[in-house]
Amino acid sequence: MNEFFAMGGYGAYVWSAYGISAIVMAGNVLLSRRAERELLTRLVERYEGEAENDAET
Amino acid sequence: MRNDSTTILITVVARDLLRTARSQTEAIYPLVFFALCVLMFPFAIGPDAGFLERIAPGILWVSALLAAALSLENLFRGDYLEGTLELMVVSDAPLVLIGLGKSFAHWLLSGLPVVMMSVPLGLALAIDLDTLLTLVSSLLLGTLTMSLVGAAISALTVGLRGGGMLLALLILPLYIPILIFGAAAAGNAARGLPADAELYFLAGLMILAVTLAPWATAAAIRIRMS
Amino acid sequence: MNASIFQPLHKYASLMHFHRLSKAASPWVAWCSAALFVPGLIGGLWLAPADYQQGDSFRIIYVHVPSAWMSLFIYMTMAGAGAVALIWKIKLSEIVMRASASLGASFTFLALVTGSIWGKPMWGAWWVWDARLTSELILLFLYLGFMALQNAIEDRRVAARAGAVLVLIGAVNIPIIHYSVEWWNTLHQGPTVSKLGAPSIDIAMLIPLLLMVGAFMTYYAAILLIRVRAEILSYDRNTAWVRELVMAGPNGR
Repeated sequence: MNEFFAMGGYGAYVWSAYGISAIVMAGNVLLSRRAERELLTRLVERYEGEAENDAET
Repeated sequence: MRNDSTTILITVVARDLLRTARSQTEAIYPLVFFALCVLMFPFAIGPDAGFLERIAPGILWVSALLAAALSLENLFRGDYLEGTLELMVVSDAPLVLIGLGKSFAHWLLSGLPVVMMSVPLGLALAIDLDTLLTLVSSLLLGTLTMSLVGAAISALTVGLRGGGMLLALLILPLYIPILIFGAAAAGNAARGLPADAELYFLAGLMILAVTLAPWATAAAIRIRMS
Repeated sequence: MNASIFQPLHKYASLMHFHRLSKAASPWVAWCSAALFVPGLIGGLWLAPADYQQGDSFRIIYVHVPSAWMSLFIYMTMAGAGAVALIWKIKLSEIVMRASASLGASFTFLALVTGSIWGKPMWGAWWVWDARLTSELILLFLYLGFMALQNAIEDRRVAARAGAVLVLIGAVNIPIIHYSVEWWNTLHQGPTVSKLGAPSIDIAMLIPLLLMVGAFMTYYAAILLIRVRAEILSYDRNTAWVRELVMAGPNGR
C-alpha cells in the first residue's frame, strides 16, 4: 500500500497532478449544479413576484 | 457615381487617410509608440551593443506587434461613434470591401510607418544592412497580415468596455505565428543563414489573411451593428 | 431551411424539447462517466506497468493526455456550434458554445499544470517551452479571450454571434499556431524528442488511456447538459413552459 502511494519515488508529482485534476473537475460539477439551483431560485422568486403583482392589479 | 469595387475601396481608404491628415498629431502615435517600445529594451537590458544586436530582430518585431495591436482600437471607433458604421451596413456597398479597405488604410497609417521607422531603429541596434533588408521584408509582410486580421478583431470589439486592452488580449495570440516567422527570418539573416522559407511562410500567411480576414471583418461589423 | 430532412432535427433544436431530453439523459451520462473513470483510474494508477525510463511518474499521462485532448475537442465543438449558430441562428447552438467555454479553459489549465508537473521529474524544470505545452498555453489565451468577449457584450445573442466569429477565427488559426510553435521549438532547442507526445505505447498502457479519454468525454457531456439546461431556462424565462416547469416540481427539478 505504501508502495502505491510512493509511486516509485514520484508520489508527490503523481498525486498532486491527479489531485488538482480531481479538484478542478469536482469544482466544475459543484459550480454548475449550484448555478442551476440559484437560477431556479431566482426564477421562482420572479414568478411569485409577478403572480402577486397580477393578483394586486 | 460608379459603385464598382475599386471606387468603394479607394473611398474607404481615402476617408481614413483624410481623417488622419486632419489630426496630424494622432497620425504619428504609432511611430512614436514603436520607437518608445524599442527604446525600453536597452534601458531594461543594458546598452551592450553585441547583446542588443543579437536580440534586435526580436525587439523590433515585438514592438511592431504591440504598435499594431494598440493602434487597431481606433480603426472602427470613429465610424462607430459617428454612426457611419451603421450606414455602411445599411448601404449596398459590400461590407467585405469595406473590411478590406479599412485594413489597408490601417496598414498605410500604422504598419507602413512602423516598417520605415524600423530602419533607423535597426541601425541604432547595430543591425547590419543585409539583415535590415530581410527585417524590412518580413515586417512588410507581417504588418499587412496584422492589419488584415486585426481589422476583424477591431470590428468585433468596437465600442466595448475594456476597449483596447480587450482587443489586444484577443489579437496577440493570433499574431504569434507571424511573430515567430518574422523574427526568425530576421534572426536567420543576422546569422548569415537563408531566410527564404520564413519569408515564403509569411507571404503565405498574408495571402490567407487577404482571402479570409475581410469576410470575418464584414461578419463582425454586421453582428455588432445588429 | 424547410427541407423535410431537417424537421426531426428542428424538434431537438427546440429549447423545451432539449430541456426535457437533457433531464432524462443526465443520469445515464453521469453514470457512464463514473463507469469509465473507475476502470480507467484502476488501470492507470495500478494495473498498467511502470514505464521503463520514467517509472511511475508516467502515470500522469492518464490525466494529462485526456485533458489536452478535451481542450482541443471542446474548442472544435465550440467552433462547430458557433458555425451552426451563425448560419442557422439556432439558439441551442449558441448555448452549447457558451456553456463549453469555461470547461474547455479548465481542461487547458489542467493540461498545462499536469504537463508541468510531469515535466519536472522528466526534464528537471517546471517549464521548458515544449512545443505542445506552449501551444496549449496559447489555446488557454484563446479560451480566455472568448470568455472576456462574452463578458464584454451585454446582449447575449449578439455576444454569442460575435463569439462564434472569434472561435472560428481561432479554429482556423490553431493548425497554424501548432505548426509555427513546433517549428519555433526545433529552431531554438534542437531536435529533442518530446516525451509528452506518447510515441510507441504498450497496449497495457494504452487501454487505461482510452478509458480515461472516454471518461473525460462523458464527463464533459454530463457537465454540458447541466449547464445547457440552466441556460435554456434563462433564455426562455419569459415563456409559459418555463414558468410552469419551475413552479411545478420541487425547486423545478
